[in-house]
Amino acid sequence: MKFTTIIAAGFALAASLTSALAADISGAGATFPYPLYAKWADTYKKQTGIGLNYQSIGSGGGIKQIQAKTVTFGATDAPLSGADLEKWGLVQFPMVMGGIVPVVNIDGINPAQMVLDGPTLANIYLGKITKWDDAALKALNPSLKLPSSAIIVIRRSDGSGTTFNFAHYLAKVSEDWKKNVGVSTALEWPVGIGAKGNEGVANNVMQANGSIGYVEFAYAKQNGLAYTKMVNASGKTVAPSLAAFQAGAVSADWNSEPGFAVILSNPAGATAWPMTASTWILMYREAKDAEASAAAVKFFKWAFASGDKMAMDLDYVPMPDSVVNNVSKILAEIK
Amino acid sequence: MVPTGVFQVNDTALQATQLKTALTFDKAKAVRGFRLPDATFRIVSRSAAVLVLIILTGVVVSLIHGSIPVFKAMGFEFFTSSSWNPVTERFSAGAAVFGTLVTSAIALLIAVPIGLGIAVFLTEICTPRLRRPIAIAIELLAGIPSIIYGIWGLFFLAPFLQVYVQPSLISAFEGIPILSTLFQGPPYGIGILTAGLVLAVMVLPFITSISRDVFETVPPVLKEAAYGMGCTTWEVVKNIVIPYTKSGVVGGIMLALGRALGETMAVTFVIGNAHKISGSLLAPGTSISANIANEFTEAVGDIYTSALIALGLILFVITFIVIALARLLLMRLNLRAGT
Repeated sequence: MKFTTIIAAGFALAASLTSALAADISGAGATFPYPLYAKWADTYKKQTGIGLNYQSIGSGGGIKQIQAKTVTFGATDAPLSGADLEKWGLVQFPMVMGGIVPVVNIDGINPAQMVLDGPTLANIYLGKITKWDDAALKALNPSLKLPSSAIIVIRRSDGSGTTFNFAHYLAKVSEDWKKNVGVSTALEWPVGIGAKGNEGVANNVMQANGSIGYVEFAYAKQNGLAYTKMVNASGKTVAPSLAAFQAGAVSADWNSEPGFAVILSNPAGATAWPMTASTWILMYREAKDAEASAAAVKFFKWAFASGDKMAMDLDYVPMPDSVVNNVSKILAEIK
Repeated sequence: MVPTGVFQVNDTALQATQLKTALTFDKAKAVRGFRLPDATFRIVSRSAAVLVLIILTGVVVSLIHGSIPVFKAMGFEFFTSSSWNPVTERFSAGAAVFGTLVTSAIALLIAVPIGLGIAVFLTEICTPRLRRPIAIAIELLAGIPSIIYGIWGLFFLAPFLQVYVQPSLISAFEGIPILSTLFQGPPYGIGILTAGLVLAVMVLPFITSISRDVFETVPPVLKEAAYGMGCTTWEVVKNIVIPYTKSGVVGGIMLALGRALGETMAVTFVIGNAHKISGSLLAPGTSISANIANEFTEAVGDIYTSALIALGLILFVITFIVIALARLLLMRLNLRAGT
């Protein structure tokens, strides 16, 4: 008798929990935008009472989950191709951006002091430049005192959208990189030590004197790492900043690829930063649960309209208005 | 008289039969009462045992099934090469298997002598007052979660090795064949050697506490006899304690090896995660479990995922071989000892 009561109570509890969850929007995917999505979700819940259950399981996982239809939206740092979107009946749109910056740990070198250009960065990661006092580095930094120590190359060990965008840039500026390494979320790296996550790369760079790594700008700022300036596509030397990241997004032709699958590597524009990573949302054009899909669309519209401040607080780069206008047309198409 | 006697005998026989039937009837009833719970218990315990087999088979089958795409795509090259290229989807297990075996070997090479040393000290030499604190410290070492070891390895051990140990190792062995290759720079701090060192600390408690427990099972009379013959402590340990407890000690070492082979988090932090086979112990490498932990979440595409599952299968097989070898070793030891 007592036992049955407990079971009945258990079922009732489970039922109430599932019904509570059912009202929430469910999504899964990229880890890079997770802090922002969590912040948005928190604020949105306070305003509307509708929660967002976002599992940051990685872009690959996000794509798998949306294909398995276990979530209402998937999130990925590496966009799907037009053919893939067509095949699965998915729509894709960019949500937010982040800047990728090279960071170095050399005694006496502060943030935004060292200057790098694309080919030099590629050659460091190809293992062709191995010492800090290499002629190419000296030519870019005539005023800096560079040590003759070995360059310790730090890169991601896990598959990552950051790596994807970084490699995309290096492939654009270096024929050698394009041919021998290629572009993907995980690579066969010619040299270097692999560290897990942006925080892993940041930590390893902090630990090892004479090291270089690449991280999302937020991690460089929060950890006080010496990020470098870059020579951009117009030959101008730029320092990383919110404005420089956005400049790249404004100059890009977002409609040139289906699903906004434009990678902002080496964009034109005199003030544009060369490496910017966007993160995309994947949804079904005609979802089987239309109600859940509509709730998600409403959330994204709200995020585009009133989420910019929160994004900038967390060092993310909001999409420029021109892009948001284009995305709203896509959002209107989702049934 | 005779008929009566017959009668009486018959009567007694009848009574006895009656009594017997009554008794058996009671016994049967009593036994029947036990039958249901007994059968239930048998079924429950048997299905618990069968469940283990089902789970094991399920794991093996799903690992093999998941590995098929990469075996089809790569063929035998999956085992022989060391390249791991997600861009061109060419995967092979060489580097990960190499890293797993080498780091585990380093760990055992360091932890076995130290662990046995501690166990001998605790059981043979140590004063009772010191015994408890050391034993508790060892137990605590076993209780530390592996992520803590990883963080300790990354934040303390790796920078320490990079600044103070590795440069002198590199210069000390420069010019000596083999050793100069083993300790070839630059000093990264993290790499195969550091992973081996962290693993050594992690498996030390297994070896120590199991060895100590089995050393305590040695009958005092044996040791006292040996001491009485004028044996030194070293001779007692070598000739009495170790031979008496060898199967337990080997068991402890194998348990340690099992942990070292499968350890994930701590190794991922300090091994350097590079898919390379290098002659140098200071170079970054990778291990099977670190590889899976790093890449599974973002593995896009069937062959990539399958390659990671196949790595899991290989780790499973390696662990199985280790256990089988341990059993074989123990059997041999017992045969030689004639027990």
